[in-house]
Amino acid sequence: MAHFDPNAKPFSHKWLNERLGVDTLKRVLSTEYWIPKNINFLWAMGMVLAATFGVLLISGIFLLMYYVPTTKEAFDSVNYTIMSQVGYGWLWRHVHAVAASVVFLIIYIHMLTGIYYGSYKRGRELIWISGMLLFVAFSAEAFSGYMLPWGQMSYWAGMVITNLFSLGSLNLNGLVEWIRGDYVPGQAFLGRFFMLHVVLIPLFIIGLIVLHFGTLRLPHVNNQDGEEFDFEAEAEKWKAGKKKEAKVIPFNPVFLSKDVFVMGIYFIFFFYLVFYHFEFAMDPVNFDPANGLKTPPHIYPEWYFLWSYEILRPFSKNIGLIAFGFAQVIFFLLPFLDRSPNVAPANRRGIFKIWFWLLVVDMVGLTILGKLPPVGTWTIVGTVFADIFIALWIALPFVTKMEKPIGGK
Amino acid sequence: MKDLKILAVVVFFTLVTYWGVEPFAHSQMHKHVEGHNFTYPDIKASGLKGDPAKGKAAIAACTSCHGIKSQGIKAPMDAMAASAAYGVNPPDLSNVGALFDTKYLIAFLQNPAHAAKAKKMAMPAGMAGTAQGAADIVAYLKSIAPKEISPKEAFTTACGRCHADRYGKWTQIGDVPKTKGNIKTGNDVELTKFKMNVAKYQDKLADYMGKLPPDLSIIARARSEHYLKTFVEDPQAVLKGTAMPRVGLTKEGFEKVDAYLESTGDPSKAKREKTGPWVLGYFVIFTLLAYGWYKSQWKGLH
Repeated sequence: MAHFDPNAKPFSHKWLNERLGVDTLKRVLSTEYWIPKNINFLWAMGMVLAATFGVLLISGIFLLMYYVPTTKEAFDSVNYTIMSQVGYGWLWRHVHAVAASVVFLIIYIHMLTGIYYGSYKRGRELIWISGMLLFVAFSAEAFSGYMLPWGQMSYWAGMVITNLFSLGSLNLNGLVEWIRGDYVPGQAFLGRFFMLHVVLIPLFIIGLIVLHFGTLRLPHVNNQDGEEFDFEAEAEKWKAGKKKEAKVIPFNPVFLSKDVFVMGIYFIFFFYLVFYHFEFAMDPVNFDPANGLKTPPHIYPEWYFLWSYEILRPFSKNIGLIAFGFAQVIFFLLPFLDRSPNVAPANRRGIFKIWFWLLVVDMVGLTILGKLPPVGTWTIVGTVFADIFIALWIALPFVTKMEKPIGGK
Repeated sequence: MKDLKILAVVVFFTLVTYWGVEPFAHSQMHKHVEGHNFTYPDIKASGLKGDPAKGKAAIAACTSCHGIKSQGIKAPMDAMAASAAYGVNPPDLSNVGALFDTKYLIAFLQNPAHAAKAKKMAMPAGMAGTAQGAADIVAYLKSIAPKEISPKEAFTTACGRCHADRYGKWTQIGDVPKTKGNIKTGNDVELTKFKMNVAKYQDKLADYMGKLPPDLSIIARARSEHYLKTFVEDPQAVLKGTAMPRVGLTKEGFEKVDAYLESTGDPSKAKREKTGPWVLGYFVIFTLLAYGWYKSQWKGLH
């Protein structure tokens, strides 16, 4: 057993150090957790996401105190009790709704940053995969949360998405009923999604965030030029006081100081949305109470699901489902589909540069098309964009295989 | 600076996406109806000058069904009996002159279903006799109308006999009464009776209209202001085939109704506008301080 100083005062620094290793923890997790110096503000998106998750968690806890998960009372507990009877209930609700939408904007920026700078390459595969697991968990969290106000869009989105599990011509209606606990979304359905939203999925998310941070620790964060260097040697330079020459900075306080500044700007934007522009995150259709006898003229998911919805929609039932399934898993495979050893920004990677920007434009296009009524020209354009998406991913291994190594690697 | 260039790219794609899924998508989903600002151009002004005194003399034709509380005239039937007889409770006429358009009212008195663009109306046509008779009665109703009318009165007169507003504690047969339950049993017999009456009324109303008109508690958030405005002005122009009649509100009358709908549908608006600047101010100061910290930490690093 380790040595414990009998004279150490309980909870003194020394006492804690002997029991918890607080100095080591601090060094490993913060003051000697080395981050490359050559970075831009996009490197702060991870902390922005962590902060937004915190905002969602805290606002969610306040909403949970008054929300009633029954089909009879859910709608009014949100729209009446929380909005007008609870002090600042309206603020927590708008914060929660806006954060739930904006978190996906930041997730997409974070993902595309990773793709652009090649931050998923050898050594960093698990960062990418744990990040994708987080994306899936956040998607499930967003969908289950969307059921809770029990408005028209909650009900009909729940109907449409659970229907997907009949898997087209396999007609697995029994499976759909099993998931719903009823023939149509009802009390069992709402209770289940309530549980998922407030307990099970948040637990997964917290665990995955820890894993995601863990996967970063050994391979370290990538930098703006994809430059590979010896973190140990650079850290020594920093510790020797050669801060100008060192290619690294400590997470705390140097990297954090920039993160906090970026977060400040982000929160100005965020609270501007909360107070003056929240409508985009709260669809008007969901302010009509759920009504199983009245289908809304347009059913569409929240904006962050539109691109994959548009990959499902333009095709016939079975092909659409296969395309949709493809879109859901293909991002996971990115580290293995990219055959090039180059770790560099996309704009230095030849055809991959074109591939990247095509992907961005295609996904923005799919997102917009996903909300447009599926009639006439829009259906044709939608099919083309969905085809391009699939073609891009099929082409990726070939495009990257042909890529010339950069810098004689 | 490189950071700003990158930010410009991020902002550009974000704005394009926003434009596509919000303004553009909504313009494609809903046909745009240009209203006429409650001028009712399809109704020709009769040019007749009404005489309030003659209207008052002829008002018995109205009070066989309607009450005029402000003049001490009670409705011959209460809401329950009236809905059993007509399907819907006829409105009290005290505030009608203050809310509805003059030429609309004259046209309505002559042929209610036609003016309201409704398939059927419990009120028969020709109750006022001639066009001059209609103009006289309207002149009388205008003469007794109060100068000031509250948003809630506007709502209850114009909408409240078909639409409930549960967040405003309004039912089609009036305000939810303040009752005392029995403390030993937890029962509230008076309230239960009231609820039963509401249910009966709603069943009759649903038979009359084809469906139960929706509760309007948060319609202010479920529909845009433009939609509500053009829909109330001319329901058929916005939602063809709807059972909702054109009620003939004036512009000011609609604004009153709209104010009421906003008060129950978006009650936190005032608080939001008050709190917003403080929170944003806090984060501006936060960001300035954070910038100072960032600059001090990164000094001499390059």
